[in-house]
Amino acid sequence: MLWEVDVLPAEGRPDRAAERLVDAAAHAGFEGLSVATARGFLVEGDALDAAAAERIANGVFTDSVVEERRVGSVDCDSLSAAPSRVAASAALVQVLPKVGVMDPTAQSAERAIADLGLDGVRVRTLHKYWIAGLDGERLGELGRRLLANDAIEQLVVGPLGIEHLPSGAPYQFELKHVTLAGLDDDALMRLSKTQQLYLQLAEMQTIQKWFADQGREPTDIELETLAQTWSEHCSHKTLAGRIAYRDENGERHFESMLKETIFAATKQLQAQWGAEDWCVSVFKDNAGIVRFDETDNVCFKVETHNHPSALEPYGGANTGLGGVIRDTLGTGLGAKPIASTDVFCFAPPDTADDTLPPGVLAPRRVMRGVVEGVRDYGNRMGIPTVNGAICFDERYLGNPLVFCGNVGLIPHDKSFGQPQPGDLAVSIGGRTGRDGIHGATFSSAELTSESESLSGGAVQIGNAVEEKKVADVLLEARDRGLYTAVTDCGAGGFSSAIGEMGEEIGAEVWLEKAPLKYDGLSYTEIWISEAQERMVVSVPDDRWDELRELCESEGVEATAIARFTPTGNLKLTYHGETVGELPMALLHEGRPPVVREATYTPPAVTPFTAPKKNDFTEDLHKILGSLNVASKEWVIRQYDHEVQAGSVVKPLVGVASDGPGDAAVVRPKLSSHRGLVIGCGINPRYGDLDTYRMAASAIDEAIRNCVAVGADPSRIALLDNFCWGDCERSETLGSLVRAALACHDLSIAFEAPFVSGKDSLNNEFSFFDADGAKQTIAIPPTLLISAMGQIDDVAKSVTMDLKRAGSQLFVVGETHNEMGGSHFALVNELTGGAAPTVNPVVAKATFAAMHTAIHEGLALSCHDLSEGGLAVALAEMAFAGGFGVEADASSTPLTGDYANDYDRMAAALFSESNTRFVCEVADEHADRFAACLEGVPHALIGHTFDEDGLRLKWNGARVVETGLASLKEAWQAPLRMA
Amino acid sequence: MPSPRVLVLRSPGANCDEETAEAFRLAGAVAERVHVNRLLENPALLEDFQALCVPGGFSYGDDISAGRVLGNQVRLKLSDPLKRFRDDGKLVLGVCNGFQVLVKTGLLDLDDDAGPLATLTWNDHGRYEARWVHVKATPGDCVFLKGIEQIEMPIAHAEGNIAVRDAAALDTLTSGGRIVLRYTGADGGEPNGFPENPNGATANAAGLTDSTGRVLGLMPHPERFLFATQHPQWTRKKAAGGFDPHGDGDGLRLFRNAVAYFG
Repeated sequence: MLWEVDVLPAEGRPDRAAERLVDAAAHAGFEGLSVATARGFLVEGDALDAAAAERIANGVFTDSVVEERRVGSVDCDSLSAAPSRVAASAALVQVLPKVGVMDPTAQSAERAIADLGLDGVRVRTLHKYWIAGLDGERLGELGRRLLANDAIEQLVVGPLGIEHLPSGAPYQFELKHVTLAGLDDDALMRLSKTQQLYLQLAEMQTIQKWFADQGREPTDIELETLAQTWSEHCSHKTLAGRIAYRDENGERHFESMLKETIFAATKQLQAQWGAEDWCVSVFKDNAGIVRFDETDNVCFKVETHNHPSALEPYGGANTGLGGVIRDTLGTGLGAKPIASTDVFCFAPPDTADDTLPPGVLAPRRVMRGVVEGVRDYGNRMGIPTVNGAICFDERYLGNPLVFCGNVGLIPHDKSFGQPQPGDLAVSIGGRTGRDGIHGATFSSAELTSESESLSGGAVQIGNAVEEKKVADVLLEARDRGLYTAVTDCGAGGFSSAIGEMGEEIGAEVWLEKAPLKYDGLSYTEIWISEAQERMVVSVPDDRWDELRELCESEGVEATAIARFTPTGNLKLTYHGETVGELPMALLHEGRPPVVREATYTPPAVTPFTAPKKNDFTEDLHKILGSLNVASKEWVIRQYDHEVQAGSVVKPLVGVASDGPGDAAVVRPKLSSHRGLVIGCGINPRYGDLDTYRMAASAIDEAIRNCVAVGADPSRIALLDNFCWGDCERSETLGSLVRAALACHDLSIAFEAPFVSGKDSLNNEFSFFDADGAKQTIAIPPTLLISAMGQIDDVAKSVTMDLKRAGSQLFVVGETHNEMGGSHFALVNELTGGAAPTVNPVVAKATFAAMHTAIHEGLALSCHDLSEGGLAVALAEMAFAGGFGVEADASSTPLTGDYANDYDRMAAALFSESNTRFVCEVADEHADRFAACLEGVPHALIGHTFDEDGLRLKWNGARVVETGLASLKEAWQAPLRMA
Repeated sequence: MPSPRVLVLRSPGANCDEETAEAFRLAGAVAERVHVNRLLENPALLEDFQALCVPGGFSYGDDISAGRVLGNQVRLKLSDPLKRFRDDGKLVLGVCNGFQVLVKTGLLDLDDDAGPLATLTWNDHGRYEARWVHVKATPGDCVFLKGIEQIEMPIAHAEGNIAVRDAAALDTLTSGGRIVLRYTGADGGEPNGFPENPNGATANAAGLTDSTGRVLGLMPHPERFLFATQHPQWTRKKAAGGFDPHGDGDGLRLFRNAVAYFG
């Protein structure tokens, strides 16, 4: 019998889901709605009578203090009737997750119903909305735009019209072959596209020839395995491939671009350090590992989940974080996740709905969904989200970026794993379903307005509590030595997990053994499903019983699905029948090299001319209120940043805990004072001018953020995440190579090794405009640099908020005429000027001197200078600390050529030159502070005072004068969302 | 007197169990993290312990409502052993999700003939919120809060709003001295709405005790203030002088009180 339980807010209690919808609807142009909502649960069991349904409704679903419930058969009048808070004529709209989409609430409900002693009851959730004030057509439009996402949800206006919960049909085995023989190039490429293989012509030809040589055709699963393994997402063939690069300095040929730039820099540093090398495992494992202390190492990985987040922001971001946490769990023999980071790039949230191209979700909805997706996974995992950033640019409209990072702690002797011949491959965690099919190949394709219907399967919802359970048993099993190696099931699912683990050995896979969420999956779907929350471990036979018992004891499913057989082949079987067999060598070394052209032509530099004015108070307010600079408190407060009890410097600091901290300090081991410092650097605006400078600036920013809170600059590890457009265009690839060259140069100069990285190419969105012409929006070249530093005693950390009146204010570092891409230019709608450079020699000396000063306790507060330059940094320090500032910008060390004093003044106040800080220094420490900074550009520019105000001068004349409250309000207002 | 033994209850989705066990250890107890499945298999395990703590997290995902599934398990299967546990003069602490669980177990004496007096529901603004709050204690007989008047701790929850069934229910709780923790302003006075009362809780209630004072449920996280450097303004205190950044945090006092009770 199929029952429905609806849970509604009790009379007098707010209907928050309705309030949210009314608010979102108003933003989307649907005014004057009244809405009531309910959470619904479809409950089905063989012997479920009305009394049992009542018992479930009361015992599982309803909180009688604040909620009411209705129980009945699906679609019955009493369930469909509009609640009294809306007109009786209100239309009913119902939203259900599509069949096969993860429904964690339903899983929990099934568990809770079993606890009541009712076995075998199945549950499916839905949301009900009674909406008054819209006609039928507009209702459907509202539903599509705000209530349901067709990628994962079903929208029903009116009754559901179902009698049973759907269940999968049993799978009828049929071995499928794909005919390649005789296909010409066009036919091969058509096949590549229609089957969502997204392989290139040379690759398809290689596959065609290999099978022709074997005298047979591939099975579907063999072709899929090759496509997954050779996908851009899994193999990074473009950047690891051959590139012929040309720029203003000449030509350069790379056999493997990343190896010869970023990896090479790390290798050079390691050789230079010799016995002092603190890199443990770089560019090999799921995350880069460096040394932390006498017993433990730390690892760090940042991943992107851009295309899934474009289609389904909540699910895409949710599983993005879930995935990178599995990278940590799958590093070495498994690291313990201790901190997360998140960086998002969106189009401005106020973009008008009627300007959106077809297939694009409104940026406001994307932003909200992404923020909530990360929140609901990270908070549930019990991992503090400690650092992040959000960038806005119109070009992220169809292709937002979602970077999720995770840091792990891992004992020295657990930092490496190696599967042994004869080990079992055991899948731990979630079951395999049809969700996430073709994620790896899809992420390597360009997004189009059709992507939603094509690739719905690639979009998933995560189940964080399942992953938490997996993490708990996995780390226990690690410590008991129950397995020899571990990896995560990410892109490509079992196909890439087992394919990678067995690369040196071989494997025989028993696909029918994989536990399934529902019937009906083909052998190929089982193999390539990217269903979430699964890890694969290699287990010696004599450890398998203990591992199985451990997993059972905490309700985690563990199943042996393969054995690493020393054949050198990957053999795939289904109920004893071989459905595919390929040499590991073909998978991992058989891919034809990608050869690409890359060119870079520096754009002509046009001069920057500052407006001729003498008061910059309004400019300062505008910059503080620009989206990239504005407070992200709305997001930060939704993320648990203190769980695990290691928090030392939080994302928001200051007297009212609302100032922008430069970097996070966390203590991963409560028994030790040693800390980790996590920061980041990103500034796509500079990339439009020069991607070398953008990369150098991002590296400088990430490091200086860490140094500003007290990190030791000689112990900072870096990560790169390149998000670029279509690199088949030589100019696009050229701009990326140029950024990689900067990473190489700066890494060596700062002695800051890159330890891991990831690239996401093809970040473009295509659609057909009203005239039928194809339009493409490519994202700006976007490089995120994440930095992980260390501090020997967290008690030496410093925050950016001013601490007292009567302190001296020093600016450290040199200001140049670098207004290109600046926020001063942005808010004044000016162009021209050069992007900021980094002088590595000066920068290295500056970071070292700053560290000495902070380490000796000479800085009361310290803030790095970035977007908005000196004026913004001083304003932020003042309103975060609640003390006034008086400073004369003309004292700032200023170099470069300027046409006039206006240009000079604008640069001193707002230039975004790198490697600069403001430090608050107690009067009595000023001499010692200056002594630490000897040989490094610095100057005393002003002091703090015990009144409310920011007074900036230029040669004694006031150029900014304002109260702190108005500055703070300008900074907080733009992203203060409901 | 040997150190009291504390059972910190793990469950699928519990995620503050490690630091909570560490808090009890720092206070002088022996703390052991035990999975709820072990307790369900063998409720007699409780006899080896003097205190039970249900830590923060998202037990069973909190998908239906916070603490519901674990609360049901405890109420349906461990009710009698836990009542004996409490009646034997032992202590029970629920922090955040642990509080949400305790509310649903019956251990906080929150039920009368008409059903539950109070519950924990969604924050007024409808979102998860992580921030530090000022809290005033009126301990009465509550063991954990002895000697504490005013304390700062962080909250991190979506469903921490203490809602009561009706005015009579509130009266029962108030007159019984059961609302032992209340949100205040920074000066210790009445909070001025959000964010001083971060979730809209009735009577600014942040924590409830049972009728014996040996069971405490609270939304703020005392285990997140074990060390001086966890305080959001510690760098300001350090700059002001006379502050030991290697010192203890005030949250440790609750755990010390629990240990001292057995001393």
